[in-house]
Amino acid sequence: MVDKKYSDDTEVKILVKDLSFYYGNVQALFNITMKIYARKVTALIGPSGCGKSTFLRALNRMNDIIDQAHTSGNVLIDDIDVYQNDIDIVSLRKKVGMVFQKSNPFPKSIFDNVAYGPRIHGIKNRKILSEIVEKSLVRAALWNEVKDRLGKNAMDLSGGQQQRLCIARALAVQPEILLMDEPASALDPQSTAKIEDLIDELRRDYTIIIVTHNMQQAARVSDFTAFLYEGYLIEIGHTDQIFTKPLEKKTEDYITGRFG
Amino acid sequence: MHTAISQRATYWLMRVITYFIVFIIASIIFVILWNGLPAVSWEFLTTMPRRSGAEGGILPAIVGTLSLVLGTIIIALPLGMATAIYLSEYATQGRFTHTIRLAIVTLAGVPSIVFGLFGLGLFVIFMKFGASIISGCLTLACMILPTIIVSSEEALRVVPRSLREGSLALGATKWQTIYKNVLPYSVSGMLTGSILGIGRVAGETAPILLTVAAFYLPKLPRSIFDQVMALPYHLYILATQHPEPDKVRSMQYATALVLVLLVVGVNIVAILLRIRMRKKHRW
Repeated sequence: MVDKKYSDDTEVKILVKDLSFYYGNVQALFNITMKIYARKVTALIGPSGCGKSTFLRALNRMNDIIDQAHTSGNVLIDDIDVYQNDIDIVSLRKKVGMVFQKSNPFPKSIFDNVAYGPRIHGIKNRKILSEIVEKSLVRAALWNEVKDRLGKNAMDLSGGQQQRLCIARALAVQPEILLMDEPASALDPQSTAKIEDLIDELRRDYTIIIVTHNMQQAARVSDFTAFLYEGYLIEIGHTDQIFTKPLEKKTEDYITGRFG
Repeated sequence: MHTAISQRATYWLMRVITYFIVFIIASIIFVILWNGLPAVSWEFLTTMPRRSGAEGGILPAIVGTLSLVLGTIIIALPLGMATAIYLSEYATQGRFTHTIRLAIVTLAGVPSIVFGLFGLGLFVIFMKFGASIISGCLTLACMILPTIIVSSEEALRVVPRSLREGSLALGATKWQTIYKNVLPYSVSGMLTGSILGIGRVAGETAPILLTVAAFYLPKLPRSIFDQVMALPYHLYILATQHPEPDKVRSMQYATALVLVLLVVGVNIVAILLRIRMRKKHRW
């Protein structure tokens, strides 16, 4: 299932072992085991409802907020199991940032959006906050567009800008991992291209896991691609390999557009 | 052809019914204004009543009603908002919350005179507060709690889930998320709904009848343990218990007018608050 070259890659950031997830009695993920490498982009592809988003949200324990949800198995981030009982969820989510499918800027000023994370983690000094805000917005390739109107309401930004603001907001708490749940699915082609360029830029410093519906996008931005189908991990490997010589028949059917 | 006629008939029927509602309100206001306005004067608003309310003003009743409204807000608002936050943000939705919601709905349906009796038993007699502002406020607070809880929960539900998730995903705790990213956008809705409910408190007679309202007390209260007069009860006394109700007719209508204006005033404050806040928040 895993080709040789894939398993040779260095530094595993996230090790998922035998992960299953249930919404009440309905099982959504089945015994998923995979490695995610540091400072690489891993794309999760698969038809709607295959469990991509659920898997993503298992990594920062966002599934915890769903009543009746139940998880089994392990997710080791830097060798620490995030599902052990005494884990500090606050520091986990600080380390594992998340960007949502539908951009969700807070109805506050641009500055306050980016400063939200640092503030809840105790930074009060206005000068330090300003530095963090500027750095994060520069990183998210939004600084030049908003530097003169940081006090303006974030809801006035365009859709693409809002999504980059959400990325800046996530970067402001200095995460090591970025989870992106179809970050460009609601955007026009130009804004999508900007987000993709940004991902390309961020891969040097962050471990990125991106859920996408768009196969070209997966091919463009990712180093590794995992194909999920009906809650099972069918195949994971180097993106080139998955798209040119998939090992599994199902993967081939999906990427060639025979279903999904 | 036939359907077109019935269509028009239905339309006109609906229209007439709707106008009828406006007509009712307009007539109430007209009758009160027509009969009450001549008796309203600065003296009426700012002096003590004389000769059992047949002469003089209604100052103690105005002060009484205002202090009851204010006291009820101070007691009921924090309790109701806290309950709403617990129910909609913290509690696991299930049989337990279902039972609590059922209790709230039932509480809302209890007749106000029953609240009066309850307040008499618990606050006036058992807790020995006597007939006093504090007993009245506590009783009215119990009565208004369901309204505050329900409208507060609605205001919380309006805040999109994505804002909560965005905050949690940054490592905020649940309370930080609620305090910094949910309450700022829902507190105006909570206040508006609650104030509209509290406007009703001003006009309630039954609960205060047994717990606070004085028949005739031409002086101002000095503490929350004093009895006071109140506008609705004073109106009731003038209209039914006065030896010569016909001679104090204009006093009755003037009192009614002041009461209605007070309630309308409270509601206008709530509506202005809502308009102002709606402009501020959108997502």
